[in-house]
Amino acid sequence: MKPEQQYIDLFAKYENLIRQYSPEVMNRSRTQALESFKRQGFPAGKSEDYKYTNVAQAFAPDYGLNLKRLNIPVNPYNVFHCDVPRLNTLPYFVVNDSFYDGKQLEAGLPEGVYAGGLKNFAERHPQIAGRYYGKAAQIDKGGVIALNAMLAQDGFVLYVPENVVVDRPIQLVHIFRSYVDTMANRRILVIMEPRSQAKLLICDHSIDNVRFLSTEVVEIFAGEGAGFDYYDLEESDVTTTRFASIHIIQEAFSNVLANTITLNNGLTRNNYHIELNGEYAQSTLCGMAILDSEQQVDTYTHITHAAANCTSNELFKNFLNDRSTGIFSGRILVGEGARKTVAYQTNRNLCATRDARMYSKPQLEIYADDVKCSHGMTTGQLDQNALFYLRSRGIPAAEALTMLSIAFTADIVDNVRLDGLKDRLRNLIEKRFRGELASCGEIL
Amino acid sequence: MLDIKNLHAAVNGKEILKGINLSVGKGEVHAIMGPNGSGKSTLSSVLVGNPAFEVTKGEVVYEGKNLLELSPEDRSREGIFLSFQYPVEIPGVSMVNFMRAAVNEHRRYKRLEPLTAGDFLKLMREKRDIVELDNKLAGRSVNEGFSGGEKKRNEIFQMAMLEPKLAILDETDSGLDIDALRIVAGGVNKLKTSENATIVITHYQRLLEYIKPDAVHVLYQGRIIRTAGPELALELEEKGYDWLKTTE
Repeated sequence: MKPEQQYIDLFAKYENLIRQYSPEVMNRSRTQALESFKRQGFPAGKSEDYKYTNVAQAFAPDYGLNLKRLNIPVNPYNVFHCDVPRLNTLPYFVVNDSFYDGKQLEAGLPEGVYAGGLKNFAERHPQIAGRYYGKAAQIDKGGVIALNAMLAQDGFVLYVPENVVVDRPIQLVHIFRSYVDTMANRRILVIMEPRSQAKLLICDHSIDNVRFLSTEVVEIFAGEGAGFDYYDLEESDVTTTRFASIHIIQEAFSNVLANTITLNNGLTRNNYHIELNGEYAQSTLCGMAILDSEQQVDTYTHITHAAANCTSNELFKNFLNDRSTGIFSGRILVGEGARKTVAYQTNRNLCATRDARMYSKPQLEIYADDVKCSHGMTTGQLDQNALFYLRSRGIPAAEALTMLSIAFTADIVDNVRLDGLKDRLRNLIEKRFRGELASCGEIL
Repeated sequence: MLDIKNLHAAVNGKEILKGINLSVGKGEVHAIMGPNGSGKSTLSSVLVGNPAFEVTKGEVVYEGKNLLELSPEDRSREGIFLSFQYPVEIPGVSMVNFMRAAVNEHRRYKRLEPLTAGDFLKLMREKRDIVELDNKLAGRSVNEGFSGGEKKRNEIFQMAMLEPKLAILDETDSGLDIDALRIVAGGVNKLKTSENATIVITHYQRLLEYIKPDAVHVLYQGRIIRTAGPELALELEEKGYDWLKTTE
């Protein structure tokens, strides 16, 4: 049996149930998603963009889904304390793929702003939901996206109306919690209307020792002059597989930062599709992964400069230990008419062992004149001269190694525009390199 | 304090030091001069335990201990300090964190409590003044974006922080203008006591006008071919090295 079949069968058997517990806006595209999934299937192992990540294999096991939307037995507000000092966030929770509607936080938000479940949002603002849902992450853009559109039943929405500034960062904690192998199909929809501003921090956690598989489709629409920061911190574990697809559409003068940090994981694939559609839009895309054992992070980025005078700045780093694998495939496409584009891409990797593997493929396609573009990639080891320099001042070799490892991550952390989160990240990264259990939240 | 006997060392299998003999006592300043490629920097690298260099023969006794058996970090904690000819840039490691780690490792070795944050910053301020190091530099990553002169000043600043018994200055004067040279040499002199010793490696007599040596050694083809008083430096300045090579 082909690995796609079990999902097609599942859908056939439970379509009514899936529809029953989902908002209309999500149901609208389900049949189309099914057809598209049948047509596309999972990316083939030999395909250029999935050379090192076997998607079919990742989806082959039999995972349970919570299609009936059974209640979550715990209140995450009571058990989950995300300890980020000086970072006064408004926390929201998605357990597996259900939005936890345990507490109303809207009181802390400016008028008109919505942060909460997709289902609730679609009921309240059906037209806005219909205008944006599925419009950036189009079903035909990949088998996993189609599968997500076929099965997802809820998600998280952040909606910020025109000219509104949300000062407090919003935090969305994804928790995997189950006694059986579980699959979650997650959606995030961010609508930033013209000249609005907000910051969103996502934290992915896995609590139990079973296998978890997630598809995460994120759509971000930044209207004219909007400012948005997207921080995505994965702290799952080796039994977690994540397929994330982040789609960002930017209008003129918008400024979006996306920073993805993988501190702990199993197998992770992060796809980024960024479209700069209006002049003078600015995009900062960065991320890093600290990997050991057999962990793998596969990053794929595609930035399209469709308008003139836009800037994109891309930086990805991987620190690879043991037998871990890092993959980076980054494409920048400067379309016709995208004059005066400034686009930089950098990928830096450190292999700390002989068995660690890094595959990197930078690509630049330019169809416009008068542009400033560059890409650079390096993969190497820690600087032996620097190591000796530190030791020659009395710092033990192991400590010097840790200092240099932390230093490697410094510019990614420097890109964070939330001071409290910066401090917390430094602390988590240090603990990670020291081999101490690091987690941004604690389950009591 | 330091006794080097018949020291041979190689890098990538090529023998560079071919039997060095040198004794340095407390309170003394020794200058080592010599043409390019004579082995001056190899000698300093071997003394601080750079793993790129292999000692093939000979011994080095420092304060009664077999120096060659000690790790680079232990040599530092035992009081040996090298001012690097080419200080390394380390982006992402701040000078403050670097120095705090180093000072506290030295204190731990002496079974002292780590310094409190307040005491440490006070110490940084005091020592910075010795080489007139800008406060801004102390807040940056180690040597990153420092000018040549700033890097050398930063070396002497680190020396002031760690208060070594034996300081080795490897071409600390190269790349310095007259003012920077005066500041760096002034810093070294301020740190000088009757208890510590200094080895000054240099090409030029100029530095020795500021840091007065007790003895001058000429290194050539991996051996010390001449040892004399400070007047030897002046003679070298005037005549070059050739006359020594021929008399050898």
